[in-house]
Order: sequence, then C-alpha cells, then structure tokens
Amino acid sequence: MSDEPTTEARRPGQPVLESKVDEVGRGVLREILESSWVVTLFAVVAALVLGAILIAAADQHVQTTAGYFFARPSDFFNALGSAVGNAYSALFQGAVVNFHGTTFARVIRPITETMTVSTPLIFAGLGIGIGFRAGLFNIGAQGQIILGAILGGWVGFTFHLPVGLHLLLAVVGAAVGGAVWASIAGVLKATTGANEVIVTIMLNNVAVYLIGYLLTTPMLQAPGVNNPISPPTPPSAQYPLLLGSQFRLHLGFVLALLAAVVVWWLMERSTLGLRFRAVGANPHAARTAGMSVAWVTVWVMAIAGALSGLAGSAQVLGTETSGLTAGVAASFGFDAITVALLGRSKPLGTVLAGLLFGGLRAGGFAMQARTGTPIDIVLVVQSFIVLFIAAPPLVRAIFRLPTPGGPTRAQRRAQKRAARAAAQPVTEEVQA
Amino acid sequence: MSAPTTTRTAPAEPRVAALTPISWKLPIALTVLGLVALVFFGIVPAGGHHTTFRISTASDAFQISPVAVPSTATALVLSIVALALAGLSWWAAAGRRRLGVWLPAVFGVLWVLAFLCWAGAGKTIPLTGLLSGALFLSVPLVFGSMSGILCERVGIINIAIEGQLLGGAFLAAVVASLSGSPYLGLVAAPIAGALVGVLLVVFAVRYWVDQIIVGVVLNVLVIGVTNYLFSTVLTNNVGTWNRRTPLPVLAVPGLSEIPVIGPVLFRQTLLVYLLYVAVVILQIYLFRSRWGLRLRAVGEHPKAADTVGINVNRTRIRNTILGGAVAGLGGAFFTVGAGLAFGREMTGGKGYIALAAMILGRWNPIGALFAALLFGFSDNLQTTLGIVGTPIPSQIMLMTPYVVTIFAVAGLVGRVRAPASEGIPYTK
Repeated sequence: MSDEPTTEARRPGQPVLESKVDEVGRGVLREILESSWVVTLFAVVAALVLGAILIAAADQHVQTTAGYFFARPSDFFNALGSAVGNAYSALFQGAVVNFHGTTFARVIRPITETMTVSTPLIFAGLGIGIGFRAGLFNIGAQGQIILGAILGGWVGFTFHLPVGLHLLLAVVGAAVGGAVWASIAGVLKATTGANEVIVTIMLNNVAVYLIGYLLTTPMLQAPGVNNPISPPTPPSAQYPLLLGSQFRLHLGFVLALLAAVVVWWLMERSTLGLRFRAVGANPHAARTAGMSVAWVTVWVMAIAGALSGLAGSAQVLGTETSGLTAGVAASFGFDAITVALLGRSKPLGTVLAGLLFGGLRAGGFAMQARTGTPIDIVLVVQSFIVLFIAAPPLVRAIFRLPTPGGPTRAQRRAQKRAARAAAQPVTEEVQA
Repeated sequence: MSAPTTTRTAPAEPRVAALTPISWKLPIALTVLGLVALVFFGIVPAGGHHTTFRISTASDAFQISPVAVPSTATALVLSIVALALAGLSWWAAAGRRRLGVWLPAVFGVLWVLAFLCWAGAGKTIPLTGLLSGALFLSVPLVFGSMSGILCERVGIINIAIEGQLLGGAFLAAVVASLSGSPYLGLVAAPIAGALVGVLLVVFAVRYWVDQIIVGVVLNVLVIGVTNYLFSTVLTNNVGTWNRRTPLPVLAVPGLSEIPVIGPVLFRQTLLVYLLYVAVVILQIYLFRSRWGLRLRAVGEHPKAADTVGINVNRTRIRNTILGGAVAGLGGAFFTVGAGLAFGREMTGGKGYIALAAMILGRWNPIGALFAALLFGFSDNLQTTLGIVGTPIPSQIMLMTPYVVTIFAVAGLVGRVRAPASEGIPYTK
C-alpha cells in the first residue's frame, strides 16, 4: 500500500518536492511521530484536555465568568486557567513531588504513595496482560484479588511462625487463593467452552459475597468484634517497609517489579510463554502444531490468578494491615484491566501504566483535598486514555500525525495535484 | 432451535448416524437438587411448624385469606413431586425424547416452594409482594438484556450495558428533577443510553477496537462522569438537580383486581408496561420481520449479508444505538422508576447481570426475560427472607444467582451459542 502513492508521486513531469537531505530528516521525524509511544503520549494529552473541560465546566467561578463572556472574555480565561491549573498542579504534586513540603520526607512522600498504590495495579495488570496475549479476557481480577487477600490474610493472622517463613507462607497463600479462583474459569473454559468473560464476572460477584459471609464467621472475623473485619495482620506476616515507618512503601512494590521481570521471561523466553502467545495469536494453528489449547487456557488463568492474588497480598500484607474488610480490593481489579490495556500487555508497559494510574489515583486524593475537585475526574481521564490508546487512528486524526506506512504530507499533496491535473487537463494547458 | 435445521438439511442421511450422545446433565442435576430438597426441607427439619403464605395485598378488592400449610409435610410432598419430575427427565433422556423447558421450569417452581416452606417455617411469607417485587427488581435486567440481544444479534458485544443503565439513570433523574415530570425523565433516559451506544459503535465499527475493551472502558467512563457531575453539580443544589420524582403506579382497571396476577403484573408503573411491550415487540420483530432477518444476518454472517446488499456497518451502527437507548430506558428504573434520587454507581453491577440473563436466555427475548425474572426473584427473595428472618446467611442467598449462571454458562443447562460473528469488525 505504501509503494503505490510514492510511484505515483514521482511520475515524470511532476516537480521533485524535496531534496534528499530533507527527506532523511523528515524520515526520522516521521518515525518518531508514527511510533506507538507518541500515540500514547498524545492520548494522555488528549485525555487530560477532556478532563480539563469537565473540571472547568463544573467550576463555579468559570460558570459565572462564562455568563458575561462577551463583556470580559479575559475573566473567563483567567478563571478557566486557574481552575484547571490548580487542579492539575495539585494532582501532580500529590502524585510526584510536593513542592510545598517542609521536610525532605514530605517532599518525596507523594512519589512513594504513587508506588504503593500502583503495586496491586501492576500485579493484577501483569496477570490480565498474560491473559490478553493468550486470547483470554479475564475480567475476574477483582474476585481473584479478594480470594488472594482472604487466603493471604488468613494465613497471616491465624498462624504464628518465624519472621521470614510467615511472610513467605502468607504470600504463597495469597497467590494460591487467586490462582484457584481464576482456575475455576480456566477449567470451565477448557472443558465446557464456557465464556471466560461471563464466568469471571460472576466469580467477582461470588467473591464479594463470599468475603462478606466469611467476615461474619469465626474463620475471618476478629474475636469480640461485631463489625465485619478480621484481626490485624501481625508484623511477622507483613511486607517490610522499604523507607522506614514514615512511608507506606513496602517490599510488595519490589516484588511487583520482580514479577514483571519474571513475566517478561515467561512470555518472551520460555516454551510455556511461546505456547501462550501461539494460542493467543491463532488457537487453530496452535492446535494443529500439537499444543493443547485447553491446557494452555488453564495455565494462563492460573498464572493470571496467582498474580492477582499477589495484588491482594500487597493490600492485606502491606498497605492495609489493620484488618481485612470486604472493600479490600477497592476497584483495583477493574483498574488493572485498563492498566494492562494501556501497557499493551507487555511487562514494562504494564509497570509504567501501573505507575501512571497509581499516580493519578494517589494524586487524585490530594487534588480532592486541596482544590475540592472530585477524584472521579481521574476515572474519566483514565478511561479516555485507554479509549484513545485503543484507537490510534483517532489520535492521529486529532493531532494530524502521519499514519505508519501511509503517504507523507508532501506525497499526498502531489497526489492531489496529480488527480486535479488528470481531472482538468484543459484548464491546466490553458494556464501553461 | 438446531433440531429442525438438521432434519431439514439432511433428511436422506440414516438416522442412526445423526444420533448425538445422550446428555445426562439435566437428569443428574434435577435429581441432586430434588434429593437436597427432600432431605434438607422435608426430612431433617423438626415438624410441627406452619408456613403461612399471604396471597392478597391490603388494597385488593377480593380478599383471599392467607394459606397456612404444615412446613415439613408440604416440603416433603413438593420434593417428592419434584423427584418424580426428575425421574421423568431420566426416562426422556434415555429415550432421546425432548420434553421442552416446562419440565425444569415446573421443577424450579416446586423446588422454590419447598424451599419457602422450609425457610418460612413458623412465619408468614407475602407471596404477592414477593412476586411483584421480583418483577420490579428485574426491570433493569430485562431492559439491559434486551439491549444486549439487539447488539449481539447484530454482531457487537455490548459490555457497556452497565454504563448505559447508569447514564440512563443519571439523565432520567436530572431531567425529571429539572422539569418536575418523571415522564420527561423516561424520555431523556434513552438518549443517555444511546450516547453510550454511539461511542461503543464508533470505536467498534470505525476504529475496530476490541468491543469488550471499549465496553469495559465505557463503563468506567460513565461511572467517572456521573460521579463527577454528581459530586459537583448535583450535590451543590439537590433541590433543583436531584429531586426525587417517582413515576406514579398506574393500575390497569379491571385486570389489576385479579388475585395474585393483578397486583403483580398490572399494578406497576409505565416503565414496567413499556417492558412488556419491548419484550413482545422484540420477540416478534427479531424473528418475523425483514428488519430482524437483516439484523440477524449481519450478526451471523456479515459477508453474506453484504453480498445481498445489506449495509453491514450501517445496520450495526443503527441497532447498537437502538440497543443503547433500550438499556438507557432501563436505567430510568433506578431513579424515577424506583422513586429515588441519583446516587453514585447506583446500578451496582446490574448491567453485568443483564448480560448473564441474556446468555442464560440464549439470546432470545423471552428466554432473557425469564432469566432476568429469575435474578430479580432471587434478589427479592433475599430481601423478603431478610425481613421475615431466615436460617440462611443473606450473602449465600445473594450469591446463588451468580453460581447458577456459572453452571448455566458451563453448559449444565444446555449448550449456548453466541451469534457467529459477534465481536469481529467487518471489513470488505
């Protein structure tokens, strides 16, 4: 497709539009503009702009100044700028660095919060990403996180074991809990062909009620308490804090990064990963090549579930150690889907996307506290980012970026001129 | 549905070769359930209690006195009849006879009655209230599953039902509150749903984005936008933007006086009557009209549809937007339908349940209606038993429909088959 316009543009009789040197320079620029990273960047920008529109629309001051827009437009633009600027600056300072911090700890605290919040997102996002690449749409991270938290938390506060062993067992327990829960969907898909989307959605709901029920039974409920809350996780089963007690950042974040490396190795360097990808790319071909699609399905779901279970462990053994509640998974399971999408199901991408969304979430709380802009704007920005990322042609159309493999602007212009010349040969001759 | 096709296309083939292996799933499942009912509702509980079923509501013209039955004896009889039905299904399966859906349906009713006898021992169960509440709670599920059917039959997977419901609920509340008329809210709700439908279909058809991804993201987007507007605009001035404007109950004269059926079916709001109309129209038009034929052709085999001159993408766009509008109308249930003000994420995952109802109903409007009613019933049963007091924890009750759906999707109820080309963008 890319060759055709080029030959057409270089027809004899057409002027040569650009010199060789110019072409090389443009080639590099084009390559940059065509890359998926630029699309990602512009998608984030577009989503932030749309978020800004919402922030401005709901701002009282902007609304009043818009009332007399034609009398004094400058007032409107000032109000607009300050509303959006304040909100986004608070978001940034809540997510990365707090410029107003009095101590060094306060200044860097936001970035550690971002890492803490992103830990479950990275874990679960990695699992969902593996599913995507194997052609499975696992919406069940939410339920798998809950089951991981149940089992991890239960191991944590039930047994009394030496320091290292206790944490290890609790973490393994969390992974097993998530893996077993996800395997239900995997086994059903492999044996009966049950749609994994529906089964995992249903398992999410079952998990919510299951934890609600278990928190009213002696298995999870703290003794002598009427609320549905478990006993706190003992220190021996907690992830050690990385930067001392001033920060919430714990070893779970490092584990998440390690998991990303392991997932990279698994998907890119191991036989198992090759099978996963082969089944995802073309299950019929994979079957013909002698792979068991059913077996791969069960494995993928189990691994994805184990990673989601680890996300649950990051919560119950790291961030929220005061006791397991029904809200342990928050909306991490659903956010992780968008994280995996944004990260294009690759481990590095997922880590970066997890950090971005973790930052948006951590910063969102700061923004809500400082400027009163509700944190829900973060959801809007997140979903717009994913929508734009999923539709690169849309982003390219908005920002007039070149299409990969498509004609350059100069070529298009030449093409148009040629078409015009062909359509009106008489007028061209007269003008000549 | 597949049986007549086989006989029509291959009448000459020897019948023996066409025989499929006997499926014992249904008889086994029914027998196990029947035995559970027999043992746990009929034999194990101590006798001597009575379960009272209240049939009339206070406002009925003809009052029927409540029926009190001995709990264990009735449960015993009901479960024995249910087991007899299970035996019938063994006989049918062994002889490869098709008995239709009435058998599991009647079995289900008997089982639930036996369960109610047990759960309501020594108490009063308001039967009419239980049923009318079930219909009421299933309204968004029915509209949602109708939307799902419209979209999936035309080849677009609509995971965004949840978002369409939420958008409909939001706009219905705002418009009804601003105008003071709940009926204007009913008019506005489909617009919000259709807008979500537009986004879904634009990304699915124009940009070929994975439809499940778009659906999931649109759900998050609608949650974000409605939450944001709720906590900024709506809470700033509740009296103007988010007043409670309930739809009035319109009793159909005459019909609403029939015992049990009257209060359940004909003493409802306009939204419920619209639901009857929607299901009937969809069931007829989907299978008996040119529009329905084209819609299904596009969803099953778009290339063939294109060959005979049907514009595939235009058909998809129009019907997905229509589907969004239907789900949006269902969203009105949460605010004007239920007489509540708008609240954050008030649809609470009902869109996903609607999706399950659609699959359980095998992409058929009537089937989906009954599946949705099943969900609505179990939801309301939990509430009712919560009020009268029950031996079962409420979470286990709430969990049941989801577990049932998993079993259903896994093929215990029968293999379900989605429209062949759903989720695949059409390119020439």
